Order: sequence, then structure tokens, then C-alpha cells
Amino acid sequence: MALNITPSSIVDRDISIELQQQVQSSIDLRSPLLIRGGDSKLFYGRDPVETSNILELKNHTGIINYDPTELVVTVRAGTRLLDLELLLEKNQQILSFEPPMFNQQSTIGGVVAAGISGPRRAFSGSIRDAILGVEMINGDGKIVKFGGEVMKNVAGYDMSRLMVRSMGTLGVILNLSLRVMPKPEKEISLILDATQGEGLAYCKQWRTQHLPLSATSWYRGKLYLRLSGSDITIDAALKKLSQQMSFEFLEDDIFFWQSIRNQQHAFFNKVSKPLWRLSLPINTPVMARFEGDLLLEGGGTQRWVSNNAAEKIIRAVVGRHGGYATLFNGQKHLPGVAPFPILAPELHKLQKNLKRKLDPQNIFNPGRLYRDI
Amino acid sequence: MNSEPESRNNILLALREILPEKYLLTAKEDLKPYECDGMPAYQRIPIAVALPSTIEEVQKIIRACESQRIPVVARGAGTGLSGGALPHEGGIILGLSRFNTIIDIDHENMTMRVQPGVRNLAISEAAAPYGLYYAPDPSSQIACTIGGNVAENAGGVHCLKYGLTVHNILEVKIITVEGDLVTLGSMTLDTPGYDLLALMTGSEGMLGIIVEVVVKLLPRPLATNVLMASFDAVEDAANAVAIVISKGIIPAGLEMMDNLAIKAAEDFANAGYPVDAEAILLCELDGAEEHLAEQVNIVMVALGEANASNVVMANSEQEKAQLWAGRKAAFPAVGRISPDYYCMDGTIPRKRIAEVLVEIKALSEKYGLRVANVFHAGDGNLHPLILFDAGIDGELEKAEHFGGDILELCVKMGGTITGEHGVGFEKLDQMCVQFNPDELTHFHNIKHAFDPYELLNPGKVIPTLHRCAEVGAMHVHNGELPHADIPRF
Ligand SMILES: Cc1cc2nc3c(=O)[nH]c(=O)nc-3n(C[C@H](O)[C@H](O)[C@H](O)COP(=O)(O)OP(=O)(O)OC[C@H]3O[C@@H](n4cnc5c(N)ncnc54)[C@H](O)[C@@H]3O)c2cc1C
Repeated sequence: MALNITPSSIVDRDISIELQQQVQSSIDLRSPLLIRGGDSKLFYGRDPVETSNILELKNHTGIINYDPTELVVTVRAGTRLLDLELLLEKNQQILSFEPPMFNQQSTIGGVVAAGISGPRRAFSGSIRDAILGVEMINGDGKIVKFGGEVMKNVAGYDMSRLMVRSMGTLGVILNLSLRVMPKPEKEISLILDATQGEGLAYCKQWRTQHLPLSATSWYRGKLYLRLSGSDITIDAALKKLSQQMSFEFLEDDIFFWQSIRNQQHAFFNKVSKPLWRLSLPINTPVMARFEGDLLLEGGGTQRWVSNNAAEKIIRAVVGRHGGYATLFNGQKHLPGVAPFPILAPELHKLQKNLKRKLDPQNIFNPGRLYRDI
Repeated sequence: MNSEPESRNNILLALREILPEKYLLTAKEDLKPYECDGMPAYQRIPIAVALPSTIEEVQKIIRACESQRIPVVARGAGTGLSGGALPHEGGIILGLSRFNTIIDIDHENMTMRVQPGVRNLAISEAAAPYGLYYAPDPSSQIACTIGGNVAENAGGVHCLKYGLTVHNILEVKIITVEGDLVTLGSMTLDTPGYDLLALMTGSEGMLGIIVEVVVKLLPRPLATNVLMASFDAVEDAANAVAIVISKGIIPAGLEMMDNLAIKAAEDFANAGYPVDAEAILLCELDGAEEHLAEQVNIVMVALGEANASNVVMANSEQEKAQLWAGRKAAFPAVGRISPDYYCMDGTIPRKRIAEVLVEIKALSEKYGLRVANVFHAGDGNLHPLILFDAGIDGELEKAEHFGGDILELCVKMGGTITGEHGVGFEKLDQMCVQFNPDELTHFHNIKHAFDPYELLNPGKVIPTLHRCAEVGAMHVHNGELPHADIPRF
């Protein structure tokens, strides 16, 4: 279902101080906190900590600063992704990483903390590429600010990027600044018949052809691609592509890409088995072990598999290709399996050291990323 | 605790076991070239310079230093402009110049695996036969190393469109202070766990020694063009930047020079710059042919709207190169019109450029020192060059104060004290202005997670709270030092 909601105006409400007080008392009592945005990604990662000590971010909302010519927006973390995107849309701008909106309550803070990017990502970058600054409550209970609204900033360590995909384990994001991009003048999508191998081969040949690609997907013998740009650019691209293959225009393309982005596509709906996200080097060939139900994105860099194969086998095969397998809907199907790939021991040690130093009382979403992180 | 000569002897003994004699420099005259980086105002002589060429050697050196609590300062090419590779008197320099091998060019995956001492430009040169290149292009790219680029998150003229170092690397291997070899990032878009690759980028040798880097390569743009717009007022040029961006165009590069920089560069490089213009903008556009033509038209209109008095477009590869030649030679060109210059590196929101340039001009009059501005206007990254003569008593200090004022102005305008050159040793005091004690404590916590004894590049990047307390006190007193007789550290 396409999201088609009129903009509810974004409420301007700063509850930083209340949030900070709750964090401080959690530190004092060493009482773990469950940090909650829109609850749209509850299924992702390890189980949230069992506690009634819940830090609700959804009422911390509002746009702090938005000047379209600066290509930056600064927003409170509880602001809904839906509202933020509508605001950008009005100004002909977009979030270039196209994050999923698994429900309409999804907050921008949760988007950053989970760090999941969508179809455009392989072509115009991920959340970590777009984040410029964060203001957060840290493990000392202090409100601290890192980065800012400028594109280039190397003063101190890059705490903003570290918050992306930290799953709320390093602190509470209060406000954040994101680089935004001009909305493409036009987008059209094409569909063609292709085996998985042919699909990957096309994606590979396009990589060096300077095409205005902004998404690709392959599913059940069809390759889908989206072109974004001006009329002239798209016409030129179509000419180039028509010399390489025959294709049709994809109708309802907005709906199609939204269904990939938000996992409403038939592939995801039918998933009655565990859903794995495979992240792979861009030139990874067809992986024979996973010829079952499969959906590819980003020129093959991201492959979704629903498969009953044992975790060990999946991780081993993917590992041989230099990639990682994440169990995306773990708790539902394989509650005993760690959703995130196991880290090399020395790397795990560094990550754990970091968690200990930044969250000495271990209160921020403990165990959401790894058992001890 | 060991006495100083004793600890010196002990570490030298250990290092001699690890490295052949010629790769362990200890003689005064051999150490001299390492006494500073590209920021010669600060100089120190280290105990020794170790020049390993294998990962195992680096591990052994680090373990020896860790067990004896000897500071280690990594060094690439030493082109850093903030004293980042400035030696520690009680420590060693770990020079990575012998790590200069390109390990693997994987043109199908569009990546290159290189050792940290490989020069930035050498990467693009090695990629050229495949029609590929490495996008970040600092002006120092002939000399600076990829390891130094990662450590500083270096940018370049083209990072407005193609991003900084952090956007263009996939993986690094580091040696931790304990001597562990750890891989950060991966060949995929989603590496599990915390994004330590991002944290390592720009960490200025404080968190680990980078011993291998995988960079992303891009296909060379099909076509490029360069426009030069002249302006009768600096404010107009500054506003033009926002106008171009507001048209939905992201130029490959958008650089600005003011009159003093124009004149110096023209004298030096004969680029054909208008020496009577108050400012010029150089705008590079790239893309497929049709798309390029379209962008050129839009930018032409935007520049007109912004009161450009003249716009020239390069008509050939040679003319493009010529227009860039002046910009690329701007630093040495300014070096010719003044015995010394001091290069600043603040970043501000684009819309504030005009305002900040006006204030810098006022400061220039106040201090009685000239300033040439030549900078990455597209991303608001200023490089005011303060001209002074170190031979004149007090001028260096004056230039440093002036520079400090500029950086504080950048912070006040919602910007930052460093866009790409790093904090190093130079901007420790300004860190106290940009960050409060809680934030600095947070940074120290990060440092301690990686390096509990502060052995990796100690005394850089993150000032102690003590130091900041003193800086704060100095501010209150308007630059007049209270208790001037107390030693400061
Ligand atoms: C004329 C000139 C123009 C310049 N133009 C630009 C520009 O356009 N953009 C820009 O961003 N910079 C520019 N710079 C600054 C400088 O070139 C960059 O900061 C560069 O990245 C430094 O690389 P390097 O190899 O010289 O590093 P060094 O100066 O040797 O070291 C820099 C820092 O990195 C650390 N380091 C070096 N290697 C490693 C390693 N392997 N592991 C861990 N830490 C390491 C050092 O300890 C130090 O803190 C310019 C400098 C000059 C002199």
C-alpha cells in the first residue's frame, strides 16, 4: 500500500531535559533503558532489554533548522520519517538514502540508530554518508553535541557516524543533522526479462556507463531498474540502454520501489521462513546455494533470501564470498540465532571496550547489538 | 618510573631487535627531517624514527612501545598542516613511507587495496588504465599518503560532489596499541557492528596505526567543463554559491578566490585570471555530454542572477587545465608575495560566506596583516591565508592570534574549526571553544577505549580539561594572560 497521507504539521516540542532526567536516574539506579522511537523495527536485531524503564522519543519532535539552499536539515529525533519526507518533498528535496518506513510512526532517530538504507543506497550513499551531526545524551548523562551542519568537519572523533547502526547502545540521539539532496526532476523505471546471472551481468556493465541509475532489483526472472535525472539525461540513458537490450516501462513504478523499500513486495509478504539479508561485494556472482526464493537489490550488493538452511551454512557460504548474512526477522523464526554476524575476536573486543567506556553503567539498550554490547 | 636516558636506551635496544640498523634512525642529523610536518611552526626531535615495512614489524614495534609506555607518532608523508605528525620528545616516529605497495587492483569490484604509504595520486595513476580513478584529491596529492588521508579524512576540490575520504574507502586494517591486527569495514556495504571505519577516519593517528586501505574507484567522468565567473564584489561571489546550489546542481568543484589570491596566482601561473576582479568562482561540472550541456546552461543563468560581471567557459582541455592551474598553484603563489603565510581551515554554512569574509577583512585591518582567501566555497570550507613575516618579532604570534579569531568566528557562525586539515597540535585551544568539557570528556573516553595509556600520538587533537580551563580564563581576560608567570601546558 502506498503511503498517501496529507502532512500533519510537525509539532515543535523539545523534551530534552525530561529525557536527560530519565537517563540520569537510570544511570544512578543502574537500571537499563529501552529507547523507543516508533517501534517500527522492534523485530530487527537482538531482543530489546526486558524492562519497564522505557525512554519514549516520539514526543521529542520538530524541525530545528532547515534551509534548502544549504542542503541540510536538523531535526529532533522523535520526528516521524513520514513528516520529514513530506517537508522535504515540498521543497523538492529528498533523503538520498531512502530509508525503509516499516510503519508510519517510524522516527528519524530510529532510522539513524538502525542504519538501514533503501534502494537508492548503492547509488547515492547510505545514512552514514549523509549524517553531519548529532546531539545526544551520553553515558555520563550529559547532553553533548558532535559534528554540525557543515559538510566538512574533522574536529574531534566522528561520533555522528558512530551513532548510525549502533542500535541505541551508545546513547540517546536527541537531534541530528542530515545532508539532503535535490529531488530528481524525473524518475522512470524499466523492466526486462533476465535470469539472475544475466541480471547481474547487466548491472555490472552499467556500472561504468555513467547511467543515471538510482535503483535496481531482480526477482523471479525480471530485472527492474530506476533512472533518475532530467528529461535530457533520461532520454540519453534510454537511448544507450535500448542498444543493449529490450525493455518495457514499469507502470506504477513509485509503488513498486516503495514496496521494495518498505518490504511490502510480494516476496517479503510471503516470507514464512527466516529472512536473511546478504551483504556482498559488488562483483559477487550468482550464489548457487541460494537459488530458492531470492530478491536482489543494489546491483547484487544486497540479496534477500528466505531459506530454511541452517544458519551455519548460510553464514559460511556468504563468508566465502567476502560478505555478511544478517538474520532480518530473527526473533520470529529463529529466536536462538544471533541476528548479526559474529565479529572477529579482536574487533569484538574493540567494540566492547567502546561500549564500556561510553556507557559505563550499561544502560542504553543493552544487548541489542550483541549479547554484551 | 624509568629515568629518561634509561627508557630511551631500553626502547632502542628493543627496536634494534626488530629492525635492521638502516631503518632505525637515531642520529641527530637523521632525525632532523622528521622534526615537523607541513606546519613548521612546531618542531620536536623524537627518540628515534622507525621505518618498518611489514605488518609484523609494526606489531612488534607497537608491542615494544606499549610494554615500555613509549609514545608512538605515525607519520605518512608529513604534509599535514596542523602538526599532527609532530614528534613526541619522549617517543618514536613510526614512519610508513616504506609501506608503498599497491597490493591489488580489482577493477571489476572497482576497488584498490593499497599499503598506507602509497601516495594519493599514485592510486589514480594506477587506476587510469581501467578508466577508473580515486575521487578525493587534496592539493597535496602528489606527496601525501593514503594513510595520512584516512587519518585526516582529507578532502579535495572534488569532494563537494564525490565526498571526502570517509565516503571513498571500504576497509582499513589497523594495528591496535596492543599490537592486534584488526580489520575495520569490509568489501560490502553493510559491515556488522559499530562503524569503526568511520571512527578511524579522521582520528589523526590517535586510535590505531593504519597498515592497509581499500579504496573505492569511480569511472572517470565522460566529460567535464570549467567556468570562471568574475565578480566586482566579494559578497556577490559568495551569494552565487548558494544560488548555484539552489538550482539543484551539485558541481564537481566550486572554488573561490579573492583579489589578493587572484593577483598572486595570476603572477605565478598566468592562468588568465581577471586581476581587477574582487573575486572569482571556478566551477567544474561533469557528467554525460547532454547532461553536462544542460548543467552549464543552468549555472550560466545562476551566475548571471548573482551579478557575475563576466563568465568564461573553457573551450578545450588545455583551457580547462589553465583555469585550474592558477587555483592549484595558489598556495605557493601566495608564498611568493609574503615571507610566510599561515593557512586556516574553518568551515561555515555556505550562506554565511559573505558575512565571514567581511569579518575576516575587518580582523585583517585590526591585526595589520594581509589575508588571501582561496577556498572550497561549495562546501563552505575556508582557507584564509594570513600573510606575515616570521623574521619580524611578534608577527608569528600575531598571525596565530588572528588565525584563532577566525576559527572562533567559524564556530560562532555555526561552523567548525577544521574542515580537512585536522586539529593536530595546532588547534588544541580552539577545540576548547568548539567543545565543552562534557564533550571533551566523551572524546577522551573514546580515546581510552582504544588506547588506555595514551601512547598513540599523545597530546594531540583532544585538549585536556586543564588546558581548556586556562584557555577559558584567557578568553575572559580578552587575551591578556592572567598569571603570566605560571607555566602553561
Ligand atoms: C600544499 C598543501 C596542500 C594541501 N591541500 C590539502 C587539501 O586540499 N585537502 C586536505 O584535506 N589536506 C590538504 N593538505 C594537508 C595534508 O596534505 C593532508 O592532511 C594529508 O592527508 C596528510 O597526509 P600525509 O601522508 O602527509 O600525513 P602526515 O602529515 O604524515 O600525517 C598526518 C596525520 O595522520 C597520522 N597518520 C599518518 N599516517 C598514518 C597511518 N598510517 N596510521 C595512522 N595515522 C597516520 C599522523 O600521525 C598525523 O596525525 C595540504 C597540505 C599541503 C602541504
